[in-house]
Amino acid sequence: MPEREQIRRTPAERPETSVDDAPQGSETGEKLKAELDDLLDEIDEVLETNAEDFVRSFVQKGGQ
Amino acid sequence: MAIRKICGIETEYGIVHRGTDDPNPITASSVLINSYLSDLNRSGGSALGVPQVGWDFEFESPGSDARGVAPIGSMPPEIETHLTNAVLTNGARYYVDHAHPELSTPECGDAFSVVTFDRSAEVILERSMLAADALLPDGQSIVVYKNNSDGKGNSYGCHENYLVDRALPFGRIVAEVTPHFITRQIFCGAGKVGSEIGFSAEEVPFQISQRADFFEEEVGLETTLKRPIINTRDEPHADPQKYRRLHVIIGDANMSEVATFLKVGTTAIVLAMIEDDWIKADFRFTSPIGALRSVSTDLSMSAALPLLSGGSITALEVQVHLLERAIDWTNHHGFDLVGTQAGPEILRRWGETLLAIEAESASLASTVDWIAKYRLIDGYRERHGLAWGDARLHALDLQYHDLRPEKSLARRVGLETICTKADIEKGTSNPPEDTRAYFRGACLAKFGSDIVSANWDSLVFDTGGDSLRRVAMMEPSRGTAAHVASVIESSQTAAELLDRLGS
Repeated sequence: MPEREQIRRTPAERPETSVDDAPQGSETGEKLKAELDDLLDEIDEVLETNAEDFVRSFVQKGGQ
Repeated sequence: MAIRKICGIETEYGIVHRGTDDPNPITASSVLINSYLSDLNRSGGSALGVPQVGWDFEFESPGSDARGVAPIGSMPPEIETHLTNAVLTNGARYYVDHAHPELSTPECGDAFSVVTFDRSAEVILERSMLAADALLPDGQSIVVYKNNSDGKGNSYGCHENYLVDRALPFGRIVAEVTPHFITRQIFCGAGKVGSEIGFSAEEVPFQISQRADFFEEEVGLETTLKRPIINTRDEPHADPQKYRRLHVIIGDANMSEVATFLKVGTTAIVLAMIEDDWIKADFRFTSPIGALRSVSTDLSMSAALPLLSGGSITALEVQVHLLERAIDWTNHHGFDLVGTQAGPEILRRWGETLLAIEAESASLASTVDWIAKYRLIDGYRERHGLAWGDARLHALDLQYHDLRPEKSLARRVGLETICTKADIEKGTSNPPEDTRAYFRGACLAKFGSDIVSANWDSLVFDTGGDSLRRVAMMEPSRGTAAHVASVIESSQTAAELLDRLGS
C-alpha cells in the first residue's frame, strides 16, 4: 500500500466526522449550488408539516 | 472455480399506519400486501392474476450454520408461517417478515436485472399503498419507507444473495469478502443523520451507512441482534452439494439505481474472484467492526484502517485494488459469469466512482445515495441555520426513503436512472428469463390454479390425481425461458406440462 497513507491519522477510537470533511465540489461547485437552491425551494412544499411529531412517531420494530 | 453469479435482493420496508391511535405494524403489513393481491385478482387476466399460492416451508432451514456447528447461544431466526406470504408471477416472494412488509426479488442473472426487479418491487409497494388506502377508513393510510432504521435503534434489513461454489471454503469467503463489505459503503451507503449507538450530534452529525451502527460481530448466524458482518446461514435453496447461497445482511437499501447496481455488481465480481483465488491481497483488519464504523463515520473517506498484517489502508485503496484485480480477472475470464452486458458496465462505473471519490466526491450526488442525501440535508441546514440534531434534519432523512412518488425526496434530488420505465413495469408481473425464476413465474401465470405451493427450489402441483406432484428446481441456472418457454406455451394443462417435463 502507498506509504503516504500510513502516516495519516490514527484509526478513530471515536468518530471524527466533521462538516469540514464532507464532500466538496470545486469546478462544478457553482452549478451544483444553483441546482441545490432550486431543489430546496421545491421540496418545501412536500416536507412533512410537523417534523418533530413525524420523527417522534416514526418507530419501527426491529427486523433482520 | 468461479460459477455464474445468480443473485437477488430481499428488502424489509419500514411501515407507518397513519390516522389510527393504535397502529400495529404486523396488521398494517398484512393489509398492505393483501390489498395488493386483491387488486391483482380483481383486475383479472391470467398474466396479472395472482394465484392464491402459499409459500412451502418444507425445505427451509434458516438455522443451518455454514460453519457446520452453530455456537452455543446463537439464535436461529424464527419462521412465522402464519403470516401473509405470496408468490408473484414475476417469480418474487411478497410477505410479512417480523413486523415489516418484505419483498424478495426473483433470482436474477446479473446486476442489471437485480436493479430492475428492485425497482419493480418499489412499484409493487407503491401500488400496495394505493390499494390499502382505498380499503382503509377515511383518514387512514399506510406509508412505506425503503430505509433500514427508525433513528431510534431499530433496524431492518436489505439482504443480498449470491450463488457461490460449495467447494470454496467458508473461511476464505470470510477473510476475503469482509474487506469489500466494510469498504464498499463509500459508494453504496444510503446515509444517515446521527448515530444510534450513543454518539452525540456533534460527534456524529451524519454518517455514510444506515446499518453500520447495528453490527457487533465479524461472523455469526444471527440476523436480528448482535448482527455479524458475515452471516453464516447455510440455506442454499439449491443443490447443497454444489452450491452455497451467500446471505449478505450488511448492505443498506438504496434509492439510487446506480448504487444498487454497483453494490450487487462489484460484490458479484469480488465473489467470483475469491472463487478463482484472484484477490491476491490480505486486507484483514485488526478490528472489522472498528473499521466498519470508521468508514461509516468518516465523510472524508480517508480514515486509515489498521491491518492484521501491519500498517493500514483506506477504504478507497481497498476498492482500487479490488477494481484492478477485477479488470485483470475479466481480462482472463471474460464477463460470462457476471453478465456480458452488465459486466463491462460494472467495471466502468466502479472506476468512474472511485476516481470521483479521489477527485471531487460532490459530483457523485447523482449516483451515490449518501452523498445525494448529505448534500440535500446540509443545504437545508445551512439555509435555515439549523444545528445537526434538529428534528427537521431527521425528517428529511426519513422522507428521502418515502416510497410515495409525490413525497419521496430521493425522487427529487436528480438521481441518475439506468432502468427503463418499460422494463420496470414488465418486471412487476414477468419473471427474469435467464434463471429458474422463469419457470416459477411462467407456471404461476399460466397454471396458477393448479399450483398449491411454491418455494425457491420447487413447485407443488395438484393436477387432480391421487397425489400432489412436486417439481424440484435445484439448479438455479435451469428452468430458463430458453429451456422451458416452448414446452410451457405448448402445454394445454399443468398435467400435460408435467408429463412432458417427465415429473
